[in-house]
Amino acid sequence: MKITGAQATIRSLEQEGVEVIFGIPGGAILPAYDPILDSPIRHILCRHEQGAAHAADGYAQATGEVGVCMATSGPGVTNLVTGLASAYMDSIPVVAITGQVPTWAVGGDAFQECDATGITMPITKHNFLIMDAQEIPQTIAEAFHIARTGRPGPVLVDIPKDILQTEMAWWYPESVDLPGYRPVTTGNPKQIREAAKLILSSRQPVLYVGGGIIRSGASDELRRLVELTGIPTVTTLMGRGALPDDHELCLGMPGMHGNYTAVTAMQKADLLISLGVRFDDRVTGKLATFAPNAKIIHADIDPAEIGKNRPVDVPIVGDARSVIHDLNEALEQMIEERGRPEYAEWNKTVAGWKKKYPYMYTQTADGKLKPEYVIEQIGKISGGDAVYVAGVGQHQMWASQYIRFKRPNTWLNSGGLGTMGYAVPAAMGAKVGRPDDVVWAIDGDGCFQMTCQELATMTAENIPVKIAIINNAFLGMVRQWQELFYEKRFSAVEFGYDTPDYVKLAEAYGAIGMRCETMDEVDATVRKAQEIDDRTVVIDFRCDPEEKCYPMVPAGASNDDLILGPEYEKAHADILHDTPEAII
Amino acid sequence: MAKHTLSVLVENKPGVLARIAGLFARRGFNIDSLAVGPTEIDDVSRMTIVVNVETKPLEQVVKQLNKLIPVLKIVELEKDASVERELQLIKVKATSETRAQIVEIADIFRSKIVDVGPGALTIEATGSPDKLEAMTAMLRPYGIREFVRTGRVALARGDRGIAEKSLRLAEKGA
Repeated sequence: MKITGAQATIRSLEQEGVEVIFGIPGGAILPAYDPILDSPIRHILCRHEQGAAHAADGYAQATGEVGVCMATSGPGVTNLVTGLASAYMDSIPVVAITGQVPTWAVGGDAFQECDATGITMPITKHNFLIMDAQEIPQTIAEAFHIARTGRPGPVLVDIPKDILQTEMAWWYPESVDLPGYRPVTTGNPKQIREAAKLILSSRQPVLYVGGGIIRSGASDELRRLVELTGIPTVTTLMGRGALPDDHELCLGMPGMHGNYTAVTAMQKADLLISLGVRFDDRVTGKLATFAPNAKIIHADIDPAEIGKNRPVDVPIVGDARSVIHDLNEALEQMIEERGRPEYAEWNKTVAGWKKKYPYMYTQTADGKLKPEYVIEQIGKISGGDAVYVAGVGQHQMWASQYIRFKRPNTWLNSGGLGTMGYAVPAAMGAKVGRPDDVVWAIDGDGCFQMTCQELATMTAENIPVKIAIINNAFLGMVRQWQELFYEKRFSAVEFGYDTPDYVKLAEAYGAIGMRCETMDEVDATVRKAQEIDDRTVVIDFRCDPEEKCYPMVPAGASNDDLILGPEYEKAHADILHDTPEAII
Repeated sequence: MAKHTLSVLVENKPGVLARIAGLFARRGFNIDSLAVGPTEIDDVSRMTIVVNVETKPLEQVVKQLNKLIPVLKIVELEKDASVERELQLIKVKATSETRAQIVEIADIFRSKIVDVGPGALTIEATGSPDKLEAMTAMLRPYGIREFVRTGRVALARGDRGIAEKSLRLAEKGA
């Protein structure tokens, strides 16, 4: 059967199970937009391609499926770049379909031409330029295979306009075989036994788990591992929700703005069981002094992550779910032979820290609204049952600190690239993927202004999301650094509370705008937002601009030099300096 | 820093060289030389890449290269267990007095005169990098007009080729 390349493109997406495309048409991709009218695939017309890419990312993070975005050549592609780079850093499966100028014009600086594959080479897992309509199905099948298997990531497929218009004989490959791409998914049994032995002979182990657990759906296996061994567990920014925060062995987030217990437990550990993590600089602080006494077990689907930043004692290449499953079996067998590991003393110490050093903020007498309080209340009132999406900055860290996550895939953020502007479009994507769940975007005023045009998409496509703007009138994290490290010389950092008027802006986009300026109003405002389920709600929470995010490990400093913040100084003046050495 | 020779089998598809060169550039790995050419198998090219890194970063180089979809196989060729060659064309100033001496030097290095002009000779030489360095040093006093040298190519010594196993796999799709 002869169909056009454009029809073959859309039909291939159908074959891959795609239900939603986020995109914007334009000259070169136009042919592919015609068959969308006849397809069951829902196309969501975004207002900016960056929004489309983040929406695809949010959709993928919330559902575990591949997110799809579509754009035209030239500026369409360059606008996707930030979103693809963010998905790449966080290992999110996204496929981008882009139009290209006709083959005869490629390389000639044609109107709206750019080297899409060249530009996206370093920020995609792989990309393709299709030069023959007959190859469209095979290429799209390969793109989805690459995006969703192994270490997931974004894949871009660039299709020249004339290829979309050319007729081809329809076919679809039953399977994909790429000789240069065979991800190892099962851990080596010998290494797994080594790991089990090391775990049972350790005295102060910590499970260091991250985004890999979420991506591979390994939460159940992880929980079994935690309960089988009784090992305290830190969940990284990308791994929040991998183990529920109310689990007694969950220590929460480690790293630059992690809590004292998570950071210190790693520093004092004699073994880090690292699963689906990459020893990111925001977790390790100064590498040379990170977890100095710890042996390292490192399991990851990507062999290049193992040993990249930290030498490893037991490397395991494999999918987290499969590796943890096998590790649990090996441990069960060994425990039967040798008895249960004895971590009671260690757990007592860790539990002591946990009690002594919770996250802390103080409601000041001036009555200024504290961002931590706002976020904490959103978490409580939504019951931890929503999908929470953050931008990047102070509000992101507070959200990760103060929301008590219950489940995986309910915490979305741009962890690796740190893309301001991620929250609004990603929340939109998440809501499309999980229409029955409440989706809360926790955003900053700076972030919000970078991508708020997608409010129009939400209204037009009936995608009701709740957006809490933690409006502190500043680029808060920059302000914090300037206060702490640049002698309060505030350079290019103030936005002001009032421009734009967020309530009016929301209304102009057809959303509901609310403003909240005092602590007393927070609960009622959040509850009201929870009840509205037919329109997007934007809340302008006017918060204390001077509030800083603590604890904090300054960039490049050792995790031993965690700054606890003034609240701790007040609360624990007596015990602040007695802990570290005494415990080991 | 130490030099390592990597033999890399890649699918012969557009953009492969850019992918590999881009990877080296953005990850901060230094390429000393790079040579690309066909292999005994259609659609497969071999790149011989000489990198200048310590052993630990080398492991990263190899792992990152392996992640590129068109890369089929990577083998590090140990100096003692492989044959390494480069090819050099060198244009040397020659007068009627010096021409015979230059030809003699070329002979000693078992290289060939491939072009003669009234004021210069062009010599083609192949060999290990050491040999070519030595020859260039001998010719320098006569005046080198210009020279060009290829990247290194290398094969492991012994009966087997590195392609055999991986490409059988590729053909079978196993």
